[in-house]
Amino acid sequence: MSTTLGYGSQVVLSGLSFEVNAGDYLCIVGENGSGKTTLMKTLLGLTKPLGGSIEFADGVTARKIGYLPQQTDVQRDFPASVQEIVMTGCLSRDGFRPFYSKADKALAEKNMERMNITKLRKRCYRELSGGQQQRVLLARALCATQKILLLDEPVAGLDPKVTAEMYDLIESLNKNDGVTIIMISHDIDKALQYASHILHVGDGIFFGKREDYPHELKGGAVHE
Amino acid sequence: MSELFSTLSLYLSRSFVVNALIVGVLIALCSSLLGVTLVLKRYSFIGDGLSHVAFGAMAVAAVLGLTNNMPLVLTITVLCAVLLLRMGKNAKIKGDAAIAMISVGSLAIGYLLMNIFGTGSSNLSGDVCSTLFGSTSILTLSDFDVWMCIVLSVIVVLFFVLFYNKIFSVTFDESFARATGQRAGLYNLMIAIVIAVIIVVSMQLVGSLLISALVIFPALSAMRVFKSFKSVTVCAAIVSVFCALIGLLTSILAGTPVGSTIVAVDIVVFVIFFIIGAFTKGRKA
Repeated sequence: MSTTLGYGSQVVLSGLSFEVNAGDYLCIVGENGSGKTTLMKTLLGLTKPLGGSIEFADGVTARKIGYLPQQTDVQRDFPASVQEIVMTGCLSRDGFRPFYSKADKALAEKNMERMNITKLRKRCYRELSGGQQQRVLLARALCATQKILLLDEPVAGLDPKVTAEMYDLIESLNKNDGVTIIMISHDIDKALQYASHILHVGDGIFFGKREDYPHELKGGAVHE
Repeated sequence: MSELFSTLSLYLSRSFVVNALIVGVLIALCSSLLGVTLVLKRYSFIGDGLSHVAFGAMAVAAVLGLTNNMPLVLTITVLCAVLLLRMGKNAKIKGDAAIAMISVGSLAIGYLLMNIFGTGSSNLSGDVCSTLFGSTSILTLSDFDVWMCIVLSVIVVLFFVLFYNKIFSVTFDESFARATGQRAGLYNLMIAIVIAVIIVVSMQLVGSLLISALVIFPALSAMRVFKSFKSVTVCAAIVSVFCALIGLLTSILAGTPVGSTIVAVDIVVFVIFFIIGAFTKGRKA
C-alpha cells in the first residue's frame, strides 16, 4: 500500500510504503525538506495522510508511541526539575485525573533509573548538558510507551562522545528491552551501523534491510 | 510612626479599603499563577492585547449605560481570547500580528466610542485615564464586584490546581503532549479563557495598561532565583500578593495611584531577585 503525505494541498511525499515490525530498528534518512518531519507527524497522528493510510497492529496506536521531539527554544530556558519533566510522560495514561498516582511515580522512577538520571532528579533542566537533557526526554518518552519510540534527530547538537553514548543507549533499549525504534537521522553512516532497516526518502525512495541499502543513495545523504 | 499606624487603622476600619485589599490580593494571586505559563509560552503579549480588548468592551458598556459592565466585558474578552488562539493556529495572520491588530483596534474603537457618545460624566479624559490606569476604581468597588471577584478567583485557583500537571505539560512541550494523546488543544483553550477572566478581573485593580506588568513581573522575578516549575509558581504567587499588599497600603497612605504603585513595587522586587539570581549563579560558575 502506498501512502501520500503532505499538509494543506501540498504533497510532500508520495508513493511511500513501508512496514515496521516489533523489535525493529528503523532509521529514516533523507535530505532536508524531503518530508521526514511530515512523515513523523503523520505517524504520530498529528497530520492526516493525504492518501493511503497508516495501520497499527498489536494494540499499538498513534497515542502509544513514545516521542522524542527536537528541542525548542522555549525549553532551553525553562525552569523545571528533571523529575517534573519525566512525570509528564505519564499524563497520557491519566485522562482527566488531576494528580499523579503512585503507579505513575513508580514508572517515572523506573525510567529515570533506566536512563541513569536518578541523581539529577532535583536538578534544573536548563542547567544540564545536552546529553543529559536528551536522556531526560528519553525517560519521559519511555513513560508514555512500552513498545515503540520515535526519535527525531536525537543526537543533533551533541558532541561526538555523547553522540556515541546516545546511540549505545538507544541500541540497548532496542536489543535488551525489545523497544521498537523509529529514528529520524542525518547521519547515514551511523544509521547503517545501528539500524536493522533503512527508509530513505527524497529523490529516490528506498525501504529495506540495511544490508540491501544501495550505495548510490549513500552519497546524496552524506553531503548535507 | 505611631501616627502612621493610626492613619492605617483608621483606613482599615473603612469597608471600601478592606474590599480593595481583598480584591487586590485575589487579583495578584490569580494573575501570577498563569503568568509563569504565559511568559514561558511566549504569550506575554496576549495579556496586553486582551486588556485592550477589555478596555474597548468597557467603553461599549459605558456607552450603553450599563451599571454592571462585568458580564459584558467578560464575554467579549473571553471570545477574543478564543479567537486569538484559533488565529494563531491558522497562521494566515501570525499570532503576534493578530494580537497587535486586535489590541490597537479595540483601544482606538473604545476611545472613539467614549468620545463620540460621552459617558455621562463631563470628565472624559479622567474616565479614560482611570480605565487605563485603574487609578481609583478599586476604592469604589461595589459589593457585587467584590463577590464576583471572589467567585472568579476561586474558579481560577481551582482550575489551576486541578490542571496543574497538564498546564505544565503543554507549556513545556506541546508537540510531545499532542503526540502522546494529551488534549493539548483543549488545555490551551482553557488557559486562554482563564487568562481572559483574570485580565477582566485585574482591570479593577491596575487598569488595562498595567495588567501585563501584574502578570509578567512576579513570574520573571521568581524565574531568576528558582529552578523547578512548582517553586517558580509558588514564589511568583507569594511575590505577587506581597507586592500588591505593599503597593495598596503605600498608595492609600501616600495618596499615589494604586496601579502604578503596585507595579513600581513589582519592579523593585524584580531588581532584587535579578541581583540575587546573578549572585547565586556567579558563585556556582
